Amino acid sequence: MIRPLEHIIIPLGLIAVGGLLGWSFFLAVTGEAGERLAAVALARVPDSGVSNPVTSVLLNFRAYDTLLELAVLLAALLGIWSLGAAAPGFQPAASVLDGMVNGFVPLLILSAGYMLWVGAYAPGGAFQAGALLGSAGVMLALAGHRNAGLPSEGRLRLLVALGVFVFAMTGLLLMVVGDGFLTYPPSLAKWLILLIETAATLSIGATLAAAYLGGRPAARPTTGETA
Amino acid sequence: MNALLTLFDLLLTLTLLGLAVVTVTSRELRRAVILFIAFGLLLALVWARLRAPDLALAEAAIGAGLSGALMLAAARRASGRKTSTGEDSDAKDAP
Amino acid sequence: MTGQVLYSQLFYGGSGIILVLLGLWSFLVHAPLLRKLIAINLMGAGVFHMLVAIAYRGIDTSPDPVPHALVLTGIVVAVSATALALAFGKRLDQDDD
Repeated sequence: MIRPLEHIIIPLGLIAVGGLLGWSFFLAVTGEAGERLAAVALARVPDSGVSNPVTSVLLNFRAYDTLLELAVLLAALLGIWSLGAAAPGFQPAASVLDGMVNGFVPLLILSAGYMLWVGAYAPGGAFQAGALLGSAGVMLALAGHRNAGLPSEGRLRLLVALGVFVFAMTGLLLMVVGDGFLTYPPSLAKWLILLIETAATLSIGATLAAAYLGGRPAARPTTGETA
Repeated sequence: MNALLTLFDLLLTLTLLGLAVVTVTSRELRRAVILFIAFGLLLALVWARLRAPDLALAEAAIGAGLSGALMLAAARRASGRKTSTGEDSDAKDAP
Repeated sequence: MTGQVLYSQLFYGGSGIILVLLGLWSFLVHAPLLRKLIAINLMGAGVFHMLVAIAYRGIDTSPDPVPHALVLTGIVVAVSATALALAFGKRLDQDDD
């Protein structure tokens, strides 16, 4: 039996969408767009304070985007928290998983620090480092640690807002000095980027781990360890 | 060299698309999520081939790892609700 | 731009389009929330794949960093949206019971 919606309308619509996408993609790839943004960006990378082009676009040329992205992450977490308390959590892990987690979590934190530092000149950066911190938190949650190793609620709130705060304050401070919002002076750019990235890494890690818990953290954390 | 590269491209893309197809057509939810994680990891590999190592790292850690962990927890909740007769001995945390 | 690079861009971009279509199809025909979320994530992966393909400049040339930064932003936004949607779904389930 032929159902008109599933067997006629949706396939036709998909073909139309696919054709349109394919056509526009073909034009975008083959068209002569004049001076590409890539050439401009790659030419200015030496002035940006870091030598990894992606990091320099992310934290310098288009720092606005990244600031707003951190705000999106924060808003999503606030949305999750507003929906209620987190699930009670897993039971404490048996010795094998517990031993593995005890070994892996410090390793993950260490590699997050490495990832953060190496992002200046090689693949890596704040988001990858934050993801590693977040996955350390997920591991702790899976092994039965309450709150995924995150600090108590008051400090957690400070931690998740830290990235946006430091980012915005740096921008405003530069504005007051007279350079314009998030326009780093080239001599300071490396250190400003590192400062912002460090704050962003901590925030991203805490946000992702807290988002995995799926609700407001439980009232009484067991320990004050930070993921 | 070029022929080998083309073969590699073809192999990667076919596997990627195949994984995507079985992900969306899989009947079981949990299976779909696990296939989606595999898809994310393979996508990271493809992006490493396309000279985007930053993205490969982020996709492997965030797109496959964290999204996968979130979705696995949700799939388990869903299956726990469907068969709430208590057959899953390890479903202690399912609310 | 040489033919080899253009061919790679079209090949990978085309597979990105197929991923978008697969995700869109799954989003339209499957009802459960988690399936729709997987479908949306698949569509997102397709879009990212197209952007990565556009940024590609050949095996021995450095690619365009601007789309890469956009995709990195997109990945993080996608995971936060997924987490929020799953929290909404969980809350809906609790209200059903």
